[in-house]
This record gives sequence, C-alpha cells and structure tokens, in this order.
Amino acid sequence: MSAAGVRVAARVAVGLRAERRTVLVCSVLVALMLGLGLLGLCYGASWASPGKVLAVLAGSEHSVVIRDWRLPRVTAGLVFGAALGVSGAVFQNLTRNPLGSPDVIGLDAGAYTGALVALTVLSGTSAQLAGASVLGGLLVSAVVYLLSADRGFSGLRLVVIGIAVNAMVTALNSWIVLRAELEVAIAAVGWSAGSLNGVDWADLWVPFWVIGVLLALAAVRSRAMHQTLLGDALAVTTGVSLNRLRLLMVLVGVGCTATVTAVAGPIAFIALAAPQIGRRLAGAPGIPLLPAALAGAVLLQGADLIAQMLLAPVALPVGVVSTAIGGCYLIWLLTKEVGRA
Amino acid sequence: MTVADRVAEVTRGGRETPRVALLLGGLVLLAVTAVLSVGVGAHAVPPTEVVRALFDPRGTDDHVIVRDVRLPRALLAVAVGAALAAAGALIQTLARNPLAEPGVLGVTAGAGFAVTVGSALGLAGAQTGQLVFAVAGSVLAALLVMAVGRRSPLRLVLTGVALTAVLNGIALGLRLMLPDTFDAYRFWSVGTLAGREQAPLAVPLTAIVLSLAGALLLSRPLNALALGESVAQTLGAGVARTRTAALVLITVLSGAATAVAGPILFVGLIVPHLVRRIAAGSVPWLLLYSMVLGPVLLLAADIGSRVLLPTGEVPVAIVTAFLGGPALIWAVRRYGAGSL
Amino acid sequence: MSARLTAREITLRYGDRVVSTRLSLDVPDGAFTAVVGPNACGKSTLLRAFVRLLRPDDGRVELDGREVGGYPSKALAKQLGFLPQDPVSPDDIKVRQLVARGRFPHQSLLTVWSAGEEDAVEEAMDAAGVSGLAGRPVRELSGGQRQRVWIAMVLAQRTPYLLLDEPTSFLDITHQYQLLALLARLRDQGRTVVAVLHDINQACRFADHLVAMRDGRVVAEGKPADIVDAALMKDVFDLPSVIVPDPVTGTPMVVPTLQGE
Repeated sequence: MSAAGVRVAARVAVGLRAERRTVLVCSVLVALMLGLGLLGLCYGASWASPGKVLAVLAGSEHSVVIRDWRLPRVTAGLVFGAALGVSGAVFQNLTRNPLGSPDVIGLDAGAYTGALVALTVLSGTSAQLAGASVLGGLLVSAVVYLLSADRGFSGLRLVVIGIAVNAMVTALNSWIVLRAELEVAIAAVGWSAGSLNGVDWADLWVPFWVIGVLLALAAVRSRAMHQTLLGDALAVTTGVSLNRLRLLMVLVGVGCTATVTAVAGPIAFIALAAPQIGRRLAGAPGIPLLPAALAGAVLLQGADLIAQMLLAPVALPVGVVSTAIGGCYLIWLLTKEVGRA
Repeated sequence: MTVADRVAEVTRGGRETPRVALLLGGLVLLAVTAVLSVGVGAHAVPPTEVVRALFDPRGTDDHVIVRDVRLPRALLAVAVGAALAAAGALIQTLARNPLAEPGVLGVTAGAGFAVTVGSALGLAGAQTGQLVFAVAGSVLAALLVMAVGRRSPLRLVLTGVALTAVLNGIALGLRLMLPDTFDAYRFWSVGTLAGREQAPLAVPLTAIVLSLAGALLLSRPLNALALGESVAQTLGAGVARTRTAALVLITVLSGAATAVAGPILFVGLIVPHLVRRIAAGSVPWLLLYSMVLGPVLLLAADIGSRVLLPTGEVPVAIVTAFLGGPALIWAVRRYGAGSL
Repeated sequence: MSARLTAREITLRYGDRVVSTRLSLDVPDGAFTAVVGPNACGKSTLLRAFVRLLRPDDGRVELDGREVGGYPSKALAKQLGFLPQDPVSPDDIKVRQLVARGRFPHQSLLTVWSAGEEDAVEEAMDAAGVSGLAGRPVRELSGGQRQRVWIAMVLAQRTPYLLLDEPTSFLDITHQYQLLALLARLRDQGRTVVAVLHDINQACRFADHLVAMRDGRVVAEGKPADIVDAALMKDVFDLPSVIVPDPVTGTPMVVPTLQGE
C-alpha cells in the first residue's frame, strides 16, 4: 500500500473512532430492545419460558397467546416507540429546541379533541376513535403550520403559535371533560393516556406500513436535516432546499405520531425524551435519528412491561408509565450533569 | 381587542411614547374592567350603583351582591392575574427564554399532584383542604426543580418539564383507578374564580401582595442579570442571590395563584409577551406592565366567563385561553417571536 | 474585466424596510473584492442577495447569465460558498465534523464517506490552519480559532466563489491579517473572493477591487488606489481624513483627522 493510502486509511480510522461511541450505544440499545421484546413475549397471565417463545417464533411450536396476543403488542411497542422517537428528533431538529415535539404543533391536543367528539357525540367505537383522533390531530397541526408558515419560517414562531393553539384546544378539551358524564370522562382520559392494551395484528398492518415509509423518508433526508443545524443561511448556501425539507420533516413527524395515536392514543413524553436520551448517550452533534429511534423503542416497550406488571392484573395505560419513567430518566441525566459540572 | 389596539398604538408611536403615560392608561383600563366586572353577571348592576356600593353602601340587594360576592371575586381576579403575569415575566427574564411560563418550575403539576393525592386520601374534599394541598405541592415541586436545575436556565426548564411529566403521569394513574378522585380533580383542574372567593384567602392574598412588592424591588438586579451573568457580576448584582430570590418569588406567586384559582396556564406566558415591546428591555417596566395587564386579562376573561353562556359559567381558565391564544398568535405573526 | 456573478438593478427589502433600490454590481472574476461602508449601509444585505438568501423585489442576481434563484440548490452551492456573520454550530460538534458539513453539496444519497471526501476536509483544515484542532469540540475553541474553523468549512465546499460577511470581526489583529492573507492566497489560486470588511485600510491593502457603499447605493468602485481619496471618505463615512501611502505596501492608507473635540 502506498504511503498516501496508509495516510487516508489512518484518517478514516480516526473518523470511525469518533463515531465508535455512537455505534456502541446503538448496539447496546438494540440488545436492550430485543431483550425487552423477549421479556414481553414471556410475560403475561402465565409465564412462558424464553425457549418456548423462541420455538413459537421459529414456527416449531404453536401458541395463540404468544403469536396472536403478545407478539402484536410487543411489536407495536417497539415500532411505535421508534416512530415516536424519530418524530421527536425530527421536530427538535426542525425547531432547534430541545422541547420541540409533535405535541408542540397541537397534534396530541387535536387528537384528544377528536377522540372526545367520538366518545361524547358519536358512539365511540374504536374505528371512530382512530378516525376522529387522526382527523383532529391533523387538522390542528395544519392550522398551526399554516399560521406559522407564511413569510419565511422560524422554528421559534412555530413553537409559540403551537403553544397558543395548544392552549386553546386543551382548554376546549378540559371543558368537554368537565361537562361530560363521569363514565365518559373517565373513558376519554383513559384513552388520552395512551395504551397498547388489546392491540392485535388486524390493527397494525396499515400503521406499520405507513411508519415504515415515513422512517425511510426520514433516513434518506437525515443528512440534509442535520445540515440545517448550521443555521438557515449556511443550510441554504450549502445546498439545502429549506422549504421543501421543512415540509417533509413536518410530514414525517406528524405522520408518525398521528399513526401511533390512531392505534394507541397519545403516548406522551416518548417523543420528547427519547431524542434527548439518545443524543446524550451517543454524544453526537445535533440530534441523531437512529439513537432516538432505538431509545424510543426501548422506552416504550419498557414502559409497557411496567404498565402490565405494576398493578397486575390491572393493566395501566402505558402512557402513565412512559411519562413517569421518561421524566425520571431525564431528571437523573440532568442530576448527573450537575454533579459533573 | 383592547390589548392589540394598545400594542399597535404604542408601536406606531415609537420609542418616544412616554412609558409613564402608557402605564397610567393601563391603570385606567384596569379600573374600567374592574368596575365592569363588578357590575356584570347573572344579576346586572349598573356602574353608577357599583360606585355607590363601594363608597356609600346602603344594604340594598345590589349593594350586598357587589360588596359580598362581586368585589371579592374581582379582587381575587386582580391578585391572581397580577401574580401569574409577574411570575411569568420573572421566569422569562430568568430563563432568558420567551417561552418559559411559571408552570416550567413544576408548580402547576405539583399542585395538581398534591390535590389528586389529597382527594385520594380523602383529605382534600373542602376548598380549604384543596388549597393547603395545592400550596404544599407547588412549593415542594418548585424546590425540587430548583435544586436540580438552578445552575443553568436550560437545565432548569428541562428539569421542570421532566418533573411535570412524572407528577402528571403518577397523578393520572391514580385518578384513572379512583373515579371519585378523578371527579374532584376535573373540577379543580380547570381554573375558575367562581365560588373561590369563599375560601380563606387572607394568607394567599397577603403572600401575593408581598411577593409583588418583592418582585419590584428585585427588578433592578434582574435588569442587570438580563445582560448576562458576567455583566451582572461587574455591575455588582449578586447573581446567585438574585436568581434564588427570583425563583422563590416565582414559586410563591404562581403557587398562591394556582392554589386559590386552580391552574390558569396562559396568563403567565401571554402577558409578558404582549407588553415586552413596550417595556423595551427594561425589567422593572416589564414587571409593572405585566402586573397591570395580567389583571385586565383575567378580569376580562372573568366577565366573559359569566356572560358567554346563558346556561352557566364557563371556567375562567378556558376563556383566558381563548382570549390570550389569538392575541399571542397575532403578536407573533406581527412582530416575530422576538426574544428578551 | 469579466464578471460571471452580477446584480442587475436589484431592489432589496427586509420586511417593510427598503435597503437598496435598483442597485447594480459586477463581481470581477478571480479578484478579491472588498465591500466597505458605514453600519447599516446594505453591505451584508447585498451579500445575502448574491447567495440567494434574500430574493430581490425587483431586478436579477445572475451567475453565468442565469438567475441564482433558478439553480438547483446543490448546483448553486457548488459555485457560491458563503460565511454569514454569526454562524451557529450544533451542540457538541467536533471541528472535523463541522468542516465536513461543507461537503454537503457534493454528496448524494448514495455517497459513502470516501477518501476523496476526507481529502477535501483535510485540505480545507490545512489551508485554514486548523488541522491541529480536528478532534476538539468547537464549543471549546477561542473566537479566533472558531472563525478559522468556519472558514475551513466553507473551503471544504470547494467553490470557485467565496463570499464572507465580516470575516475578521472577533479576531485579534494578527489573526485578521493572517485571514486576509489566506483570502488573498485563495484568490491567487484562482478563486473569486468577496468580503464585507470593516477596516478600510485592510481593504485597501488586500483587495483588488473596492466597493464603497452608503445608504444602499454603490458610491464608488474600482482599484483602491484609483478611488480612495479624502473626498470619498467624506462621502461614505463622513470622516475627515488625509490619505497617505501605506509604508509597507504603498496602497492608500486613511488617517482620520478627527480628534477628540
């Protein structure tokens, strides 16, 4: 090998070393994800040994409970978690704000309004809940986006207008809850916590496809997305078509969250916490997508397990747990940093 | 839309418009809304009667309603509005973040959590019980957030968000399992002034008044702090001391307001936003304007809450959101999301 | 003098404020052009219009006869490199990673990080003198080091044009001269350099072509030795001065006669 070749190889090696931590962190997260997934398949009203679970997965044994009850739930936990993590990362990159998440543009609040209407005015079947919540969420986010999008774009303006619209929609929601019958109100609040209880394969095929396409889009555009962290001016002069990219980012973020919400209700906090957790673990610049997705999957699947175990046999909505542990984790990370500083 | 008109007028006038005159204008506006608020309701009292009831009470039905029901409620609105707006101005200055509102210290979530736990234990049935639990919860939550996040503004905000999430998550879980607690909570959780004037208010109101005075005293060091820590240091402002004092004031102001009226989320965010352009970077003016406009917003919302529906009252927190939301959107679209 | 990059009668506006009306300017190929003028005279605005960050209300900004707004994003980014006044760096980014961001227009979806890319980054860091900092977090650098890292990022873009908005602010005097010398070297290698500069004497010393602006208009342009005189300084900066030859280079040197009265 020539001297120049050696030098290049050495440089590439240096470049790789800088990313070694990211690779390591991602591998650990994947392992954790698989472990939690396996645990989710084993755990239930009756414990199944990991060996049996693997046999069922390989097709050499048959179990309706594992294949048709537990597997869809576990898969949903992982895929939805990843979707929420990516959606949060996309929004935090877009708004350049660690508090950016799809709820910022009113998605969750709007979805809740839709669900409330489905429950109080319509009969509240699960199809109505899914349809109305997606519709409500998309409608409110479209309003926020349109209000903030004219005459150039500013992440901060999007956030502020999102907060304003959110506050109004939330006020409307709490008023509907206030006026509703207690039963209906409890059902609505239960939905709004977000839950994976009782999902089955029939509910999942379409959402999985949608999420798959959106995640692929996000992956393809991730380099341009990270380029925008240099500021609008440099992003444009290094060749990013900002307006198109932004629209796409909003579509991916909103699409992922809306899809998850339609099936499971608004599962709070994963979109907010997973990107920050992933970023801090990986020590990478900006908010990388892969660690965010993996952290989201681990977080949601872990939360769902805890939600099933905590007060068994009562199954808590996973949103209650995801919110609580996501928050704890963030506090813990921050305390660690305070100790180090 | 009075707020919008005022802001527009000020910006037309440019910087020369004397800020004192504007403050006086604001006070007049406050007086007018206050009188209106005392007069309007299921039983309307004409403004002349209102004034007479205040200065020359005769014991007629009108006068009794004004003095025993409407006046305390209006005072409550003024105190709560001023407290929330001032707390918002303080936290936005301190966090150097125009999006901060008192809730980021975990105050609201702490109060909500404590009220949930209180009613789950059967101790927060009456208003007094709720009030005590709400105060305790908000103060504890804020102390925790400050302990973890006091080093940097960003960390403070993140800690507050995280703690808010934890408390909301646990409280929601509790409420979902205990329908009675849920029922009590849903009525507390939408901030309102209706009927709250009957609770023992002397202590929280005194706390609010003292803290407002404290905030004004603190506004000069805060002015220095707004220029950044090192500049503040060289100007002789004790950075750590100022910051701690401001955090304590924010906690007391928003904690007391939340305790007496329930969560009213929007005042602390929107009011400092609307007056920031007039205050033009001066923290004392920002606080003064906030203390005047906050009550105006809450009084107006409270009037709205009584007249909007023929069938009953709309909680004031909801009206506030629908008054403040459009105002905020308008301001952001007109002037950009300018920072402090 | 030929010019591939030109502004033709452009009207520029920020919100409601009109900055320039019917302004025309040719950027001479292969030269170092310095734009000078008092604060808020529209220098930066003009630069932003050249790199299509600001679309003119009227008139055209053209590169090779084609409106810059009509180029595909990456195609234009391979021609015009720009360094804004206050670029923001992502949290926790390291010097090498930041410089590598300048390669964006040369990468497509399927581009894997290659030795060629690596060379462009190394070369840019060498030229800007930041190779020794490659592994350091940008946030920990001094203002001068950081500015050179940003220059390296723009160099990694490998564009024939470099437009820089006040690249010497925040630098100490040595670093200012080193940076200007670097720009002059780049010009010698065939690139076209346009820089908004604050210091008129530095502009006279390093630039081939000087553009003096005031109130959104070009007051004078040409070789510094041809256009800089006391009258121009009065016109542009309202500054009474005498012009003497720079003792080192012989280029015009402005010495203000204003004293502390």
